[in-house]
Amino acid sequence: MFKKAQTLFDKIWSSHVVKEVPGGRQVIYIDNHFIHEVTSPQAFAGMRKRGIGVFRKNQTLATADHNVPTKDQHLPIKEALSKKQVDTLVQNCKDFNIELYGLGHKRQGIVHVIGPELGITQPGKTIVCGDSHTSTHGAFGNIAFGIGTSQVEQVLSTQCLILSKPKRMRINVNGQLQKGVTAKDIILYLNAQLTVGGCTGYFVEYAGSAITSLSMEGRMTICNMSIEMGARGGMIAPDQKTIDYLKGKPAVPTGEEFEKLSNYWKQLYTDPDATFDKEVSFDAEAITPMVTYGTNPGMGMSISDLIPQGNSASFAESLKYMDYKSGESLEGKEIQHVFIGSCTNSRIEDLRLVADFVKGKTKSKTVNALIVPGSKQVESQAKAEGLDKIFEAAGFELRQPGCSACLGMNEDKVPTGEYCISTSNRNFEGRQGPGARTILASPLMAAAAAIEGKIVDIRKYLN
Amino acid sequence: MEKVINLTSSAVPLPMEDIDTDQIIPARFLKGISKEGFGENLFRDWRYTSAEEKNENFVLNNPTYSGQILVAGRNFGCGSSREHAAWALADYGFKIIVSSFFADIFKENALNNGILPITVSHDQLAAIFSQIEKDPRSQFSVNLPNQNFYNDQGLHISFEVDAYKKECLLNGYDDIDYLLHSKEDIIAYEKKQMVQ
Repeated sequence: MFKKAQTLFDKIWSSHVVKEVPGGRQVIYIDNHFIHEVTSPQAFAGMRKRGIGVFRKNQTLATADHNVPTKDQHLPIKEALSKKQVDTLVQNCKDFNIELYGLGHKRQGIVHVIGPELGITQPGKTIVCGDSHTSTHGAFGNIAFGIGTSQVEQVLSTQCLILSKPKRMRINVNGQLQKGVTAKDIILYLNAQLTVGGCTGYFVEYAGSAITSLSMEGRMTICNMSIEMGARGGMIAPDQKTIDYLKGKPAVPTGEEFEKLSNYWKQLYTDPDATFDKEVSFDAEAITPMVTYGTNPGMGMSISDLIPQGNSASFAESLKYMDYKSGESLEGKEIQHVFIGSCTNSRIEDLRLVADFVKGKTKSKTVNALIVPGSKQVESQAKAEGLDKIFEAAGFELRQPGCSACLGMNEDKVPTGEYCISTSNRNFEGRQGPGARTILASPLMAAAAAIEGKIVDIRKYLN
Repeated sequence: MEKVINLTSSAVPLPMEDIDTDQIIPARFLKGISKEGFGENLFRDWRYTSAEEKNENFVLNNPTYSGQILVAGRNFGCGSSREHAAWALADYGFKIIVSSFFADIFKENALNNGILPITVSHDQLAAIFSQIEKDPRSQFSVNLPNQNFYNDQGLHISFEVDAYKKECLLNGYDDIDYLLHSKEDIIAYEKKQMVQ
């Protein structure tokens, strides 16, 4: 089927071209569409105005995640505007006959956590959602990317988008990771090396032994933050781990059909002779536990480094906002909040890692430590494994699933001027609440900071 | 969608780099269910120091600067895919955004809302900022059919615009109009996939 040497991206893209559009764009078919309460209401309003329905409702799944409270989810949402948005989603799903995993549903959760859990996220597909972290799904070897609400409306009504093909880029990370270094550190390192706009215009494929040695959860963390370098999306070729992860998931076929499907998945790789528009390589051994010091995810450094000098006004503004200075170390800096959650790091593996570390320890009295699981399934699995008891004993609060303090659309906000070490994906000004100061880090680094009340190098615990 | 063709206006300078969509419209203002009214909260946390108090140092609060053109530092619109950022800019009255570099999703969202993003070189951007600094009333003109951004102070820039999107902007077409007319092709594609 594929003759010329092609990249994985090319293979999937070309198999989804419906037609060419005069001027160079193409109509691309979308296999799966996830929607949520924040970026869908105007799309439904547009469809009502045009008098059209959902074209392929079986390829559409809705959940409520961005706005939802993480406490008492069985009670009506207190905040009026959030309630209205969630209620609007419920009504729209009812009117347009779309499956909704809303509040109270056993499968509810962050859209990028539930897609893979359900097995809807599969290799070779095209997947979109009105959320920039849709790139997460690329960990399974598919083309997944975030879209705007106008495009949500297009996909709902035609299952297609009119796109120009992005350039292709490969990022190789080879070698063995040091102790205490996680997938999150790899992606924060890549963000720092390639900068916040460094991959704009490109669709990235991650490769190399340090990437393939990661679990599916780790791969999702990597692909999740592709957008923070400006990339249209990120992907990792499927392998046996991908197949094993998907086997038995609710949306994945069984028996002979599964065998057929997994044989197809095995063909999804970049041909050895294929070329990329850009290719960069990094050594995994050079990566250490990372922290951010500024107000975009590209402003990160090793915990052993000092905040660099910058010469732009934007750099100066950024440090002023954080109340940090060039030449300072972040080690020993006090934090008041710890947030473990978000579509980057809220999966069972993240929670296990944190539980394993905090077991028998107690959080600092000066810190609020919040753990927000990515989905109801993660929450129930954590409870089944007794992680909730470990968190409770260590003084961490285990909440109910949602996007929570990653973007502070619900009550989970960081107060003005206070510091939060967060496993989420964005340290933008005000991201976790007006005036909040965010330090991005791995779940291990966040857990260690919670214990000490200040930022520490996790490696000191591991020797 | 409203047509975009030609326009002459003064410009508002915002030289900060890497302006993310969380700054353009903070998440707590994304709770609307219509496209209207987001302009009120455009750059909310830069425009206001507290709930009521305006930040007099911020350019949108400075009466010296006004116009339908926003000129911004490189990598404008990075981060979240929220189309609310484009709605907020449009609702506030901006029709053209000039920068040396745009984030992909924002650029697409802008085009889908009748906002024209114009990419200029680093040096051209510096020249535009310097003209505005010298004379905040400096006028700039956009001619979309000819793809020119120019003025009578010596500025002449030919900019690129996706051919398909140019047609859409000039005629006020939406992608959805095109796609709804492509239904037969879409169904044919689906049938072909089923067979394979």
